[in-house]
Amino acid sequence: MKVVVLWSDALIFLLAISLVVFFFQLRKDPQIRARWQQVFSSRLGMMTFTVIIAYVSVALLDSMHFRVALENPDGLETQEVFYDNNVTSVLDVLSGGMGERFERTYSAPFALKSFEKQTLQDEMGRTVRDFPQLKHAGVHLESPQDKWADVGQRSLYALLMGAALSLLIILPQWLLLRNSPLPWYASWAVQGILISAAVWMVSISRYYHVLGTDLGGADVLYQTMKGIRTGVLLGTLSTLIMLPIAVTLGIAAGYFKGWVDDVVQYLYITLSSIPGILLIAASVLLFQVYIDINPDFFSIGMEKADAKFIALCFILGVTSWSTLCRLIRAETLKISQLGYVQAAHAFGVSHVRILWRHILPNVVHIILITFVLDFSALVLAEAVLSYIGVGIDPSMGSWGNMINGARTELSREPVIWWTLAGAFLFMFVLVLAANLFSDLVRDAFDPRTSLRRSEA
Amino acid sequence: MFAYIVRRLLYAIPILIGVNLLTFTLFFVVNTPDDMAVSQLGEKYVTPEAIENWKKKNGYDKPLFVNADASGTSQLTDTIFFNKSVRLFAFDFGRSESGRDITTDVSTRMWPSLAVALPTFIVGIGVNITIALMVVMFHATRLDRGAVFLFVALMSISYLFYIIGGQYLVAKSWRLVPVSGFVPEGQVWRFLVLPVMVGVIAGIGAGARWYRTLFLEEANQDYVRTARAKGCSELTILFKHILPNAMIPILTGVVVLIPTLFMGSLLIESFFGIPGLGSYMLDAINSQDFAIVRSMVFIGSILYILGLILTDISYTLADPRVRLS
Amino acid sequence: MKAALRFAALLAAISLAIGLTSGCSEGPWNDPNPSSPPNKITYQSVMTPAPPKHLDTALSYATDEALFLMQIYEPPLGYHFLKRPYELIPQSVEQLPEVTYLDKDGAPVDLESGEVAYTRYQMTVRPEAHYQPHPAFAVDASGEPLYLFSTAQEGARFHQVPDFPELGSRPVQAGDFVYAIKRLADPVLGSPMLGLMGQYIVGMKEFSDRIDEEPRERWLDLRQYEMTGLEIIDDQTFSITINGRYPQFIYWLAMHFFSPIAPEVDRFYKNPGFVDRNLTLDWWPVGAGPFMMVKNNPNTEIVLEKNPNYRPDFYPTEGEQGDAEAGFLDDAGKRLPFIDRAVFRLEKTVLPLWTKFLQGYYDRSGEVRGNTNRVFDQAFVVGPDGLELTEELRGHDITVSQDVKPGMYYYGFNMRDPVIGGYTDERRKLRRALQIAFDLEEYINIFYKGNGIAGMSPIPPGIPGFMDGEAGINPYVYDWVDGKAQRKPIEHAKQLMIEAGYPNGRNAVTGEPLKIFIDVQSQAMNNTTMNWITRTFSQIGVQVEYRPADWNRTREKLLTGNTQIFSHGWIADYPDPENFLFLLSSSESPLICECDGANNANYDSREYDDLFEQMRLEPSGPARDKIISRMIDLYQKDAIWLYTFFPKDNYLNNAWVSNTKRHGITPGNLKYLRIDPEHRAERQAQWNQPVTWPLYAGAILLLLLLLPGVIAYRRRLKATATH
Repeated sequence: MKVVVLWSDALIFLLAISLVVFFFQLRKDPQIRARWQQVFSSRLGMMTFTVIIAYVSVALLDSMHFRVALENPDGLETQEVFYDNNVTSVLDVLSGGMGERFERTYSAPFALKSFEKQTLQDEMGRTVRDFPQLKHAGVHLESPQDKWADVGQRSLYALLMGAALSLLIILPQWLLLRNSPLPWYASWAVQGILISAAVWMVSISRYYHVLGTDLGGADVLYQTMKGIRTGVLLGTLSTLIMLPIAVTLGIAAGYFKGWVDDVVQYLYITLSSIPGILLIAASVLLFQVYIDINPDFFSIGMEKADAKFIALCFILGVTSWSTLCRLIRAETLKISQLGYVQAAHAFGVSHVRILWRHILPNVVHIILITFVLDFSALVLAEAVLSYIGVGIDPSMGSWGNMINGARTELSREPVIWWTLAGAFLFMFVLVLAANLFSDLVRDAFDPRTSLRRSEA
Repeated sequence: MFAYIVRRLLYAIPILIGVNLLTFTLFFVVNTPDDMAVSQLGEKYVTPEAIENWKKKNGYDKPLFVNADASGTSQLTDTIFFNKSVRLFAFDFGRSESGRDITTDVSTRMWPSLAVALPTFIVGIGVNITIALMVVMFHATRLDRGAVFLFVALMSISYLFYIIGGQYLVAKSWRLVPVSGFVPEGQVWRFLVLPVMVGVIAGIGAGARWYRTLFLEEANQDYVRTARAKGCSELTILFKHILPNAMIPILTGVVVLIPTLFMGSLLIESFFGIPGLGSYMLDAINSQDFAIVRSMVFIGSILYILGLILTDISYTLADPRVRLS
Repeated sequence: MKAALRFAALLAAISLAIGLTSGCSEGPWNDPNPSSPPNKITYQSVMTPAPPKHLDTALSYATDEALFLMQIYEPPLGYHFLKRPYELIPQSVEQLPEVTYLDKDGAPVDLESGEVAYTRYQMTVRPEAHYQPHPAFAVDASGEPLYLFSTAQEGARFHQVPDFPELGSRPVQAGDFVYAIKRLADPVLGSPMLGLMGQYIVGMKEFSDRIDEEPRERWLDLRQYEMTGLEIIDDQTFSITINGRYPQFIYWLAMHFFSPIAPEVDRFYKNPGFVDRNLTLDWWPVGAGPFMMVKNNPNTEIVLEKNPNYRPDFYPTEGEQGDAEAGFLDDAGKRLPFIDRAVFRLEKTVLPLWTKFLQGYYDRSGEVRGNTNRVFDQAFVVGPDGLELTEELRGHDITVSQDVKPGMYYYGFNMRDPVIGGYTDERRKLRRALQIAFDLEEYINIFYKGNGIAGMSPIPPGIPGFMDGEAGINPYVYDWVDGKAQRKPIEHAKQLMIEAGYPNGRNAVTGEPLKIFIDVQSQAMNNTTMNWITRTFSQIGVQVEYRPADWNRTREKLLTGNTQIFSHGWIADYPDPENFLFLLSSSESPLICECDGANNANYDSREYDDLFEQMRLEPSGPARDKIISRMIDLYQKDAIWLYTFFPKDNYLNNAWVSNTKRHGITPGNLKYLRIDPEHRAERQAQWNQPVTWPLYAGAILLLLLLLPGVIAYRRRLKATATH
């Protein structure tokens, strides 16, 4: 086994760690602590946060990549170890080989037979056209009539297992947090549901295709799950990448004013005046061609897809950069007029120190709000970009690619709806949770809205 | 005010130059004029002579930015960049790489774009304000919370699903309107109903939520409380007090969008086969037609800057305290 | 309450409006087509996915464009509509060209003499052929052209060709054909034919160089300059002389490049200022074919109408076997064309096209693009007994026209590649193992819904030299079992891998796993296909890596030989084996000829090249088939391509369209098409009954949403009142 660390893997773990550290740092500040308390004191906040954490965990699991070592062929003695070209992730292992159970082509959710007829030999040796039996669905059944009974039985069993596992996970939390004033029970309920659902999906998918299979016979549920990583990473990394530029330029413009301000303003007006989609499309094409020209940088195809993905994150970051920059500039302008900053100036405190001690901490809430607000927008944008053809590399699973590919399936009779439905469901839950959560965060942190809240 | 507008317009020039430079760089970092020639000439029998010929015919046989062979100012002027950009500022967009006159194309394709975007815009505002007002009436009730949740849920659905769903149900299953297309003569509205409807519904989530916030902000103002204390009816308060005052942020918020309506909607137009500027752009991206992309970026930037100026002006009109300087 | 009432009234008004407007409008609500003149039979069709870029016969080289050009122009020769294998027939000339062989001094010699230096093709124009009415032919009382302007001002009021009030016409003359060929040589135009035909037509290159020196202000009358290989014998007769022998030249005469162009039309379009309004030959073609262009709006539609001056032309009276039964001879001997008008609406995506076809608004599912876009084939599957249509389609009485284009898709091996290329036995075995492992039949079944024929050689069915049955199979990849070709078992591939030095896909010496690289065009690849191919090769332990790139980059890689396995396709220009077998001739290898050659596998075999040269000059017949068979043997033995298959296009026709037989080569068959407008109107009305309950349901839902609001509001009013 050889661990593969893709650039995006490294970045997402970096982000995850720094977020955790960041939160612990923030705990020290009573004001900010109070605000977070406000977010989490609502059941909705707890529930949505749990959902987001669940998605992020799946994404993190799917970001731990490795390549399996190949066994030496018989009769060959070599010290060198060779690895499979395929990159596997921890999620693939945990899903119990869901991604390895291929059918010939389309099949409906929980179907036993293929969606398309094939030339078969019946018992008498005659050639007939019929729907063939699936290779990985309900093969253990004695007769197809038993299917739903079997599904029910297995579901029950799986749900019991899920409940047990949930209990195992929730119990320690309960012991730790039962006296907390926060509504943890809401989170536990969601945790219980999610864990049971996950256990159910993994165990039932050994016997059936829960969301059917696609044109190439691949399990749709598995693909949808693989889309989680892409969605979460895109939503977070884009902001992460643009953050340093936006913050630096925004603060610089607001603090130093004068020509610095002029240049920064010029930059962001110019950038934002270009129709966003054109800028994105042109830049994505640029990066793609650049990567195509330099294939030697990447030893495996996945790295190339990953490079394209990072490039896409970067471009999305840059195009949304101007909004954040503008906000930070305005805020910095306001803060630098405040008495204590002026006083610090008078005392001859260095610029760097003022920026670090007084300005930066006071714009953090803007960064935070932008971060959560942009997240859902970015996840949604991915689907649109895939439609235009400048989205994620097709070898990387993504909801956008799924939706784009599934559009034509709707014109079939009978309709193939499961690919679209799968992508829709997983995407909707994530974006909904993120949107609801970001509302709460904004309410808590935006001085304008919190002011309003106190009035009401 | 006149002086202000003139100044803003002059300020637009460096921005437009910057925009142009950026598009140019982005495009030519990866594409050589040879590449463009190859993609325009097709796949069979592309000889080097044909490529040279194409470049010469379309003005790509010069250096990109600096012409080292020329002398004096023509070092900078006898280049692709200068030749192609200078004409943009005279609103001469030239011909697309496939040989069509871009100005003609843009001026004909602008109308279908507007025909979809304008109704979507107006109906959208109307519907969103109506819904928001209704919700505001129930502020702080369960209905209000439910509505806000619904708005967020609507926002969380990808735009693609609205289009795909709308097309599938209304056009394909119920056969109420044509699936796609646009026939300027005759009953245009039949082709517009569905795209406008989809556009409006897709915008309800974000729109209504925003208006609700605006109205609530106003509803919490002192003068509203005074009015209520005086015994004004709820309707009077809503329509006489809250709505007019909320109009200022609404107005300034939407004015910036008006010029961009000309650009149309990329997705709606391409899904519904409307020959507007949105699908024009998409086609240009797909076929890597640089002349069109460049022109559209230029037009888009101008409209954006125009929107900013209009917003500033609308501020002064809506709120006499604001002065432009 | 008032507000609620007002709202209810508004709703009522809206529903009334909907009711009224729907009552007023004629026909189904969802008719997407603009209304067409009632007294004309209009054919409703599509152009997809983009409007034509060029409509100049000298410039255009795309099937989408040929669709229009071949209706408007009539090249000297054409193809018989029904007969197969494809047969050339005279079209705008009276007879097939009279071929004379000349020696190097221009004196006629016998073919066998061995002294043939030139070949001359002589043709006579049909006297009844006339151009469509067009302003370029309009003359005043003194016979001077009416629309010849010296300044841009004079013609400024004309924006489109239909704006010109006066029209004229004239017979087609021999000089017009010669003029058209001279235009091909015009360097300013940049015709793709210049490079290709310049090798053949005598004096074409010199002519081109000569013209290049001329100063060009406006129109240059090419009639003033001579091209050695062209001769106008009289008003009706002309000849073309080519270098050496090129028997396939005759096929080029059936392509639009050689259609007559009237010099006065060229002159007309060179009027000052015309080009700025898209008044060019590239935009408004003028020909003597069955149809003429009356509207060209690339954003929405192109409209053709019957050319009133079209020569008497009649439906063929004989066809191939089965044509009579299929009804293709019902109109035998009738005057063409049958339709008055053809509207081609722009459809960029396939989905709406498909839906509109099913709703009966398009007469056919497409013109030059069949099911390759993988949407139509969602409606049917090709089984062993033919098409299996879905229920819905069966009720529509839709007929299917199958079309095996003279083209193919293939994945080629780069024979120069250090890992898989080369001509040693090991390498051949390696390539064969890969060939066997790639289950092409399954690939076609899944990704093309069975619409394709696995290729045993580069020659598709319907082309001379194609062999069916046991004799035709590739014996290295297939076995002949029970009267069918059966792919050799995977064990055989594994065995070959061992013999090739890669047991289980691992290098027998180093143990390194074999990884193959496939270069694909990004647009042509998706995750599903990639996964499938990866799985396929994992059966023999081979790992796959994709290198997707755009066309420009792919082209660069092909030209520099920087590939291992590449995907490619080929559509032939004419139905002759030469146009397929040249794909492997070493003179076409980009690495050898340093040109834009088509032999991207860089296959280089003396034996093959010699056979190719022989085959090229040999007339069709058993002797030629024998040579071809030997060439195919080489192809199979050396395992040059991973796979090739010939896609079958399925075009669906609604029940009211007849004479829909597909012709694989030329799209110029609109004149044969017949439609039954009454039947169409009936079916359209029947299929497009709107489902109105959602309208009412929507209205009721709206009311229901409003209702609690109104009630609660009233309650609140009361509450404040009592407060």
